[in-house]
Amino acid sequence: MKEGFTGVSGPLLSVRDLSVTFGRGAGEVAAARGVSFDIGRGETLVMAGESGSGKTVTSLAICGLLPEGAASVSGSALFYGEELIGMPEERLRTFRGGRIAYIFQEPSSFLNPVYSIGEQIAEAVRLHRGAGRAAALRETVKLLEMSGISDAQRAARSYPHQLSGGMNQRAAISMALACKPELLVADEPTTSLDMTTEAEIIGLLMRLKQEMRFSLLFITHNLAIAERIADKVAVMFKGELVENRKKDELFACPEHAHTRELLAAYEKVGRF
Amino acid sequence: MGKYILRRFAGIIPLLFGISLLSFAVINLAPGKPGALENSLNPRISARALERLEKLYELDKPVYERYWHWLKRTAVLDFGRSFSDNRPVIEKIAERLPVTITINLLSLFLIFAAAIPLGVRCALKPDGMLDKVMTAVMFFLFAIPTFWLALLLMNFFGINLRWLPVSGITSLDYEYLSPAGKAVDIFRHLFLPVTVSSLGGIAAMARYMRSSMIEALAQPYIRMARAKGLTERSVLYKHAFRNAVMPLITIMGLSLPGLVGGSVIFESVFAIPGAGRLFYEAVMMRDYPLIMAEVVIVSLLTMTANLLADLSYAWIDPRLRDKR
Repeated sequence: MKEGFTGVSGPLLSVRDLSVTFGRGAGEVAAARGVSFDIGRGETLVMAGESGSGKTVTSLAICGLLPEGAASVSGSALFYGEELIGMPEERLRTFRGGRIAYIFQEPSSFLNPVYSIGEQIAEAVRLHRGAGRAAALRETVKLLEMSGISDAQRAARSYPHQLSGGMNQRAAISMALACKPELLVADEPTTSLDMTTEAEIIGLLMRLKQEMRFSLLFITHNLAIAERIADKVAVMFKGELVENRKKDELFACPEHAHTRELLAAYEKVGRF
Repeated sequence: MGKYILRRFAGIIPLLFGISLLSFAVINLAPGKPGALENSLNPRISARALERLEKLYELDKPVYERYWHWLKRTAVLDFGRSFSDNRPVIEKIAERLPVTITINLLSLFLIFAAAIPLGVRCALKPDGMLDKVMTAVMFFLFAIPTFWLALLLMNFFGINLRWLPVSGITSLDYEYLSPAGKAVDIFRHLFLPVTVSSLGGIAAMARYMRSSMIEALAQPYIRMARAKGLTERSVLYKHAFRNAVMPLITIMGLSLPGLVGGSVIFESVFAIPGAGRLFYEAVMMRDYPLIMAEVVIVSLLTMTANLLADLSYAWIDPRLRDKR
């Protein structure tokens, strides 16, 4: 926890009535409408829903990561009581990567192909912690080891195309956690991985969450993951957040028709 | 990597052989012989004298035999003597080549220095005001015949405004100038030729940079770079730029021969004593040894530059390093 904020009560992130629209006039499309949810400190919120339901757009809007000009965002997102929506770019940058970190779906394309893994992680360390080159590199190796990469020295020298998807995702996790964020947004981080690797990555995230005590917003279409890791589950459907409850309650008696559909599909495939 | 460079250098040899064979065939097929101009204007030249001249220049022998002789001599770096003044060809080229190389390097530098920031600016707001204006200007520059533009600019800056000299690379009083004065004098002379020979390249490169940058900015790793909290400057010039600049290097490598070929025109228009004009004069005089030597040397330079472009490609993109 960062100093100075420990006294503030209430949720870590409080999103109210968040709407995102793309385009203007007749071509206007609402990707998210009136989305509201809270994430408490140390809590895991799993945001579930089929593709195109607005999960990713919502998560990106919080930190102003949607393409400038193309998307218009309204509503409120309070992080420790500070309004993120409409915050000037310069100030918002100190939140990105520093206090709110992201990992994404295809790690291999979200890492820059022309820079080494180590360089990309060290860049984040230098940026947010003001460390020198040598110190940042030492820290990078430590972070990679923490993410369960055995030969961290070598991995740091490698380029994304030389590593597997699972290894790249571990590297991306190292990068995201480089600055000890208070909130980690994981946007379908295991969707492109095979099942064994998926289980490993989720196990890793859970372990790191225990150690570092960050809050987690985990986006997925896979309810099996929700059942395993969530404290609360939020279901999105066609741009709206239709259900947001404690995991056990939601699995026991789903209220919204779409939640029941998702659950039925999940029952068919089978639980862990 | 070392192996790769060696292999590429080895590949230059057959290519050079092919180029020389073709050039030799073409100049011999072209109408007119060395000295034809002087001889046909001389009504009193005897058949015997003509015959002796032919023998002197080995023109009585078949083309393949002459090519074979030329090849044997060239293999030991003997390019022969010029038909027109009997000076060693290599000496004539050595005095002319530095000017041409300097102008081409300056043009290359100017093209990169102007096209990259322009292209990046346009890519930031595609179809914005700047982009639209630049697109129009670029297409205009790209379409305009440069030798004509050169004449217009010479007229405007040289004759109307009297700001810049219109020909040569030094003034008549060059020898009497101070070192700084000499530098200024050369700069003033090179200003127009370098600018004009760069304009077309700038227009093309800026367009390529723009589209390449737009593509790079749409890649997932850019979102990741932003999510890390990097400044927009870092996102643009570190993460997007290095990916976007690669196609440019390829195109640059491919456009080198054009730039060198352009020297022939520019040096004639601006009366610059460079290798381009020497080549033009050699072709007009059917000075075979000089033509062939120029072809070989300029090809060699172009291919080396191309190789350098390919190597820098691998230096920028680690994915290519592994494939070799």
